[in-house]
Amino acid sequence: MQRIIKNGQIIDETWHLLPKDATLEGLSNCDDLIVPLELWSEHAHALKARDGGLGVWLEAGEEIEEIADQLDNFQVIALNFPAFTDGRHSSTAYMLRTRYGYKGEIRAIGDVLRDQLFALRRCGFDAFALREDKDPQDALQAFTEYSEVYQASSDQPLPLFRRRA
Amino acid sequence: MYVYDQYDQTIIEDRVKQFRDQTRRYLAGELSEAEFRPLRLQNGLYIQRYAPMLRIAVPYGLLSSKQVRKLADIARNYDKGYAHISTRQNVQFNWCELEDIPEILAELSTVQMHAIQTSGNCIRNTTTDQFAGVAKDEIIDPRPWCEIIRQWSTFHPEFAHLPRKFKIAVNGAVSDRAAIEVHDIGLEAVNNEVGELGFRVSVGGGLGRTPIVGSFINEFLPWQHLISYLDAILRVYNRYGRRDNKYKARIKILVKALTPEVFAERVNAEWAHLKDGPTTLTEAEVQRVAAHFVDPDYKTLQDQDAELAALDAEHPGFARWRQRNTFAHKKPGYVAVTLSLKPTAVAPGDLTDKQLDAVADLADRYSFGEVRNSHNQNIILADIEQAQLFTLWGELREKGFATPNVGLLTDIICCPGGDFCSLANAKSIPIAEAIQRRFDDLDYLFDIGEIDLNISGCMNACGHHHVGHIGILGVDKKGEEFYQVSLGGSSGRDASLAKILGPAFAQDDVAGVIEKIINVYVEKRDDEESFLDTFRRVGVDPFKERVYAANN
Repeated sequence: MQRIIKNGQIIDETWHLLPKDATLEGLSNCDDLIVPLELWSEHAHALKARDGGLGVWLEAGEEIEEIADQLDNFQVIALNFPAFTDGRHSSTAYMLRTRYGYKGEIRAIGDVLRDQLFALRRCGFDAFALREDKDPQDALQAFTEYSEVYQASSDQPLPLFRRRA
Repeated sequence: MYVYDQYDQTIIEDRVKQFRDQTRRYLAGELSEAEFRPLRLQNGLYIQRYAPMLRIAVPYGLLSSKQVRKLADIARNYDKGYAHISTRQNVQFNWCELEDIPEILAELSTVQMHAIQTSGNCIRNTTTDQFAGVAKDEIIDPRPWCEIIRQWSTFHPEFAHLPRKFKIAVNGAVSDRAAIEVHDIGLEAVNNEVGELGFRVSVGGGLGRTPIVGSFINEFLPWQHLISYLDAILRVYNRYGRRDNKYKARIKILVKALTPEVFAERVNAEWAHLKDGPTTLTEAEVQRVAAHFVDPDYKTLQDQDAELAALDAEHPGFARWRQRNTFAHKKPGYVAVTLSLKPTAVAPGDLTDKQLDAVADLADRYSFGEVRNSHNQNIILADIEQAQLFTLWGELREKGFATPNVGLLTDIICCPGGDFCSLANAKSIPIAEAIQRRFDDLDYLFDIGEIDLNISGCMNACGHHHVGHIGILGVDKKGEEFYQVSLGGSSGRDASLAKILGPAFAQDDVAGVIEKIINVYVEKRDDEESFLDTFRRVGVDPFKERVYAANN
């Protein structure tokens, strides 16, 4: 079982991340599922009728605006990083928290590595499914690497210049 | 200049620890080459032809004498005894060992310096006019705004992995010495008709493979909204800039694809969410930062026109140097002096550890302990008393800084090229030297007058060849180094891109080609007409005809 980082703790994964080409066929009723955006777009009603938890995941090029008015349906929004150098979903997470007021879990999936975690958490991510060959215990150190930051972001509404003593 | 408080210092010390650990993990095999690469790049560390190259940030080109001495130490202890001034006003070392980088960064942090975001696909060092704060034609001092942008851009969590590198420049003078229109974002500080401060905002300028002059998308952005507006531009770029092809990933391609008008609409739509929020700049913050850039303790002096003219008459060498290497100062009795780093046979922008120490010493004795790097790869002492100019000239001659060629043909902007850079298609330093040797007659150089000659060893255009009045680009032709020559570029307020003359030349022919081009100019010019003006009047044809003539 994969372990993920959630709110700075390592926990066992309880969600099932469905692949891009997943269909409704044979879908479990009770499991907690993170479905690809396309499946949600086509079968929102059926997915809402299930008993298990529901999350959705977006590719790096998929835009959060598509589901901005449906966010209440999701306990988890997972954002995929095809490469850790692809920063598009940093903006997505920031907008989810600050513009759309999303309070559920925002999870980084894909090529997620230790050295990106500090900045990703600042943008609004609170869960990280590290790339499978990486040790989450080691990655926890990322969160304490900086004790001060200049910018306002999702984690810190005030820029440093409004906080300087 | 800006002095760190405990917050700024904490952030760079945290950075030193972070990069030390990243380097350790890489050397221990915990990080792969592919994983380490973006991390080291964001710290200015390239793996070059022979050794790693470390690029150290010099925010908007400003250095204290203490910092210059530290750079001299690093050159001595970790490099082969010299440093290079880059076209982004930064400092580069070419011979550091990877294992030593954490220690170098630790040393730099003791003098409030770092290498943060000097490379990689992030927001780079913000640049400005090398005469900021002292230029007579300055309307608004750009330095506080550069510092505010530096702090905003340093480890911005959302914009750490942009589609491509991102460069911002600020100008606050009548002349544009910061080349803002060839930057991803160019900011021109202006006053509106009722005297309020704001910025004209240009986006999508840039050199590289697809040179484009930027488009102004906002004619007056009130200063309070600078950060929220920059956030809006960067968010649009981060989300919609191309990531499938690195040659089409700069913001200029997005602006062009959308059109500047549509891009501006996108930015405004994004900005509407951010405007008047907590990132709105406060009077208190601007004053806090600006307080670091108030005038030094200038004496009440008179201009020394008659005295200097008398010295000119007595010492023609001084007269020449004064004509080229000094720049009018806003305060009577003062003058800004450019130390030429372009003597013949020295790689443009290079200086030794001893010279760095000498610069620090001169700064302390003559210029309030500060210097500036220019994007033309020279060093400026900004606050020299005119009465000391002659003595200073003597010292500069001894140290090899008094070549009277600032702004002339031999004041060449030149990237490190194939001698160092692993991206380069061709060498650039030997080309610069060949041209300097060809034009070794000072009288003739002075007669030719102001001319920007810029050389890049590949189309990444670090040597800004597109905006040289004469641009030279190294190209690879079946494994051989060739050079394409272009004419008519300009990075000033009337920014324009140079036009390619024709087929490329072999290395040995380049200096001769430049000579022919100059001959055409000298024949065609009217009176005092500059090269650029002559070119703009007569067009490319006379140059083309001469250079490619069958028996010439």
